[in-house]
Amino acid sequence: MKELLFVFFAVITVVSAGIVSFSRNLIYSVFSLMATFIGVAALYVFLAADFIALAQIMVYVGGILVLLIFGVMLTQKISTVTITHLSVNRVWIVFLGLLLLGGLGYTIFNTSWFTGEMRAAEPTVKAIGNLLMGKYLLAFEVASVLLLGALIGAATIARKEEQ
Amino acid sequence: MISLESYLLVSSVLFVLGVISIISRRHAIAVLMGVELVLNAANINLVAFNHYNGGALSGHIFTIFVIVLAAAEAAVALAIILNLYYRRASVNVDDINSLQG
Repeated sequence: MKELLFVFFAVITVVSAGIVSFSRNLIYSVFSLMATFIGVAALYVFLAADFIALAQIMVYVGGILVLLIFGVMLTQKISTVTITHLSVNRVWIVFLGLLLLGGLGYTIFNTSWFTGEMRAAEPTVKAIGNLLMGKYLLAFEVASVLLLGALIGAATIARKEEQ
Repeated sequence: MISLESYLLVSSVLFVLGVISIISRRHAIAVLMGVELVLNAANINLVAFNHYNGGALSGHIFTIFVIVLAAAEAAVALAIILNLYYRRASVNVDDINSLQG
């Protein structure tokens, strides 16, 4: 049962990512990116990463995807939205992608990965909070300064220049 | 029992599709979507390796920082794209070549 569900969510993730990469209509791409993000969140649930799955839904689906849809709607006239957006010959792109995938797949199945015992499926929120406020406190503070800088930078870039 | 290799396979497919989107799309936002796919593939790898090695949660912490970086990157990139659209009325990445020597 678990394996069947895993295959279901993996197929959803991969197929919608394919639509993101190959669809001629940019709106379809953005909306199938939502299915990809939700599928990835489901994969996190299979990996017993509850906090990460929640953060994935909240940040990606709730934040980044809304920003992307906003950007698409603002930079495109709706009537011209079906213009194709490929710059290179599709055959070459698919060939290159298959080559890359073949190399990665060969590496994955011919490496003897180190696997210890699997982590027990227990809540991770408390442990992550303790780590963020303890061992990784410096990285946490640097990330917060980075977010502040990105906020100010994005606001400065996006506003119109005063004449 | 789901093996580590199946997660790695899904994430490598996501990575390849993201790279295809980055190098073949003309629209700047489509390129940004490719970057998001690649970051998601990396996150799946981090969480999967963490799960199959037990014990500490360092993979989860790394994933949280990657999500933070992705959010910051998307905000700044969209600001740049919108500004570009105001100035040039185009978001085609092939047209933006005024820094070329």
